[in-house]
Amino acid sequence: MMILGTDPLLSGNVDLTVVLIVLMKVGIAFAFLLVAVMLMIWFERKLISDMQNRIGPSVAGPWGILQTLADGIKLFFKEDLIPERSDRFVFKLAPYLSLIPAFLVFAIVPIGGDFRNDNGGVVTWFGHETLVQVADPPIGVLFFLATSSIAVYGVMLAGWSSGSKYPLLGAVRSSAQMISYEAALGLSIATVFLMSGTLSTNGIVSEQSTWNWNLVTTGVVPFIIFVIAGTAELNRPPFDLVEAEQELVGGFHTEYSALRFALFFLAEFMNVITMSAIAVTLFLGGPNGPILIEAIPWIWPPIWFFLKVGVFLFVFVWLRATLPRLRYDQLMDLGWKILIPASLGWFLLIAALNIANDQGWQSWIVILVGLTVISVGALALMAAVRKAKIQRASQAFEEAN
Amino acid sequence: MTNGKELLLGEPERVFRREESPVLRLNEEEANAAIDDTDALDDDHRMILNMGPSHPSTHGVLRLMLEMEGETILRSKPVIGYLHTGMEKTAEGLSYLQGATNVTRMDYAAPLFSELAFSLTVEKLLNIDVPPRATWIRMLMCELNRVSSHLLFQATNGMDLGAVSMMIYGWREREEVLRFFEKVTGLRMNHNYIRPGGVAADLPDGWREDVKKLLEIIPPRLEEYDILQTGQPIFRERLQGVGVMNPAEALALSATGPILRSTGYAWDLRRHMPYLAYDEVDFDVVVGTYGDCFDRFAIRLNEIRESLKIIEQILELMPEGDYRIQNKKVTPPPRARIDESMEALIHHFKIFTEGFHVPEGEVYVAVESPRGELGCYIVSDGGPNPYRMHIRGPSFVNLQTLPHLMEGGLIADGVAVISSVDPIMGEVDR
Repeated sequence: MMILGTDPLLSGNVDLTVVLIVLMKVGIAFAFLLVAVMLMIWFERKLISDMQNRIGPSVAGPWGILQTLADGIKLFFKEDLIPERSDRFVFKLAPYLSLIPAFLVFAIVPIGGDFRNDNGGVVTWFGHETLVQVADPPIGVLFFLATSSIAVYGVMLAGWSSGSKYPLLGAVRSSAQMISYEAALGLSIATVFLMSGTLSTNGIVSEQSTWNWNLVTTGVVPFIIFVIAGTAELNRPPFDLVEAEQELVGGFHTEYSALRFALFFLAEFMNVITMSAIAVTLFLGGPNGPILIEAIPWIWPPIWFFLKVGVFLFVFVWLRATLPRLRYDQLMDLGWKILIPASLGWFLLIAALNIANDQGWQSWIVILVGLTVISVGALALMAAVRKAKIQRASQAFEEAN
Repeated sequence: MTNGKELLLGEPERVFRREESPVLRLNEEEANAAIDDTDALDDDHRMILNMGPSHPSTHGVLRLMLEMEGETILRSKPVIGYLHTGMEKTAEGLSYLQGATNVTRMDYAAPLFSELAFSLTVEKLLNIDVPPRATWIRMLMCELNRVSSHLLFQATNGMDLGAVSMMIYGWREREEVLRFFEKVTGLRMNHNYIRPGGVAADLPDGWREDVKKLLEIIPPRLEEYDILQTGQPIFRERLQGVGVMNPAEALALSATGPILRSTGYAWDLRRHMPYLAYDEVDFDVVVGTYGDCFDRFAIRLNEIRESLKIIEQILELMPEGDYRIQNKKVTPPPRARIDESMEALIHHFKIFTEGFHVPEGEVYVAVESPRGELGCYIVSDGGPNPYRMHIRGPSFVNLQTLPHLMEGGLIADGVAVISSVDPIMGEVDR
């Protein structure tokens, strides 16, 4: 019961209806994700072709909306190749290690619910009070971080087990990239925990029910860091070094074909959707929004939720259509020298402000002192980076001569 | 007892067996020395990565053998020959009139330049001057071709860096130019338009409007490229300081074109050894400062602007007159004359069967193609076919700068370098 956590559905007697409701939620979430991925792939292709003066998919179904289905069926019937030099077991396991975490994360995302008047998102279905999310574990967002760490294994093992050089390079890149950006991602989320005082996603959304979205209360910076680090975590352009078609052919999935490739593809787009959903939950108030027509109040939270997710999806596609790819060392520089120090500094500032509120200190003095400390720290960091760079250059110069 | 081979090849001790002799063979000592050269092979930290001939960013069928430590390229070796079609040998079997069809397939992104170099060489051998209008039409077409070729570079360069939209934009603008080519020559590529003695046909009606339209369409699009690429921080980061070369190195490696100019060495055949009527138009030679990938990118972008400037002047200066020389030995007679005149019929027949004879001699003529010095060298024995034809392909020569430029960079830098050298494999392998 701990896993399903604070859901009022499970606090009372667990009877058949309760089990059926849980099963229904699982089924809906599963089906929703699959359909959403299908639409997302179509959306991305259609949008990007609009940005590039092309027509895009237009044959399968109206506006080509069934193109993904057609591609999926094609991939399903293609020959399943396993390279001779691969580690067969790991090679077969890797796609699932990518796909399953992508499914799991969505379980903790509240996609609807009644958050008015400190209601905590509780709705009544078939005479049982429940939350509109599959599970609300007390560890909440930590669960998201944990599962997304598992997804690294999927990519890494896929590249390693292929027994080929390009996937291997992709695997090495992925482990370095995803692990270092996870640090920035975690630190930017930590400020949300400070503001909300809870790890539970339901709790975080309830905290933001009065238009006090974390986007504003945490001061925008953690949100920006979250979106950048999240893009890197998803291996989306401009951080798609793991796949890097122009350099590594297909990166970690070069050797994958047929259904196993489809699974990676599915996982990638599913991760885009879940990452957007998590961003909406953490920073944009989840399903919170005005109830425009009082007669059907239950329909508005999901609508707001999907609209907000849609904005993120659009931004991800937009980035892909616009930006060139970063180089490996530039990616690492951005992660370690900018994002992690910035999110850590901002985290300390928010923490100091929280203490100031508790202790009744003057908040502007805290902000002033905090910003001074942060800028001194930033300057010291920049000086250190500069010194190291000069040192490296002179060393290289000496070696060359 | 003698066998057929010995009869064929002379004294028995000098008999060459096919599987032994013409093939380059190393004796054991030399072979071992060559292996010693690759001393690092058994080092565990190093890896040989084979890039190409089938790879998304090797521009066709270039193959690179990279010796790498992690992602850093220590040494690289371009391997060519995957597109070898023996065009230079083929040229010996084709008459001078057919020759342009052959050379146009070498640099398929800038086919008119190969035709131009070939035609200028043949005309120099024949010692004839083409009418002024033919010269100016050639200039117009070549400058447009330079624009389309550099637009293609913008497309592939953007794509190689991961800016996939740039590919579509570059192709889109190139398509506008190719549409004009199609109207003039009948084909989008491999035109066979510039021929010894002039050009294949006069410019079609309304060509001025078409060219003016191109001059209107392309400059604003270049401004968009500036927004999307030149001013883009990630884009600059990826190119600045990557693949650096100084003028001495570039000259030592015989690099020409944008690669040489990027080092700050202002060498442009249009300016320094003017051919056609380039001494009558006003244009700037764009040079770089640092010799890095960004300079090479910026040079090509600005050369488009310079070419448009030249085209604008050509529009004003285009003379009236004949578009090909009226020398019946070189130019086929008009179709109508064949029905009336016996001589015309004979000329027509001779030109298209035997071809025209070219005086004995050897000649080298070079033009400035979008990739550098494109030279054509023809030896004539007085017959209707070249005795030997050689093309100095700028892509081929520029390709040898690759190992130098890629050394010490990451794979991503290597891709940027290949892209900035902009080799066309058809011209490399010929």
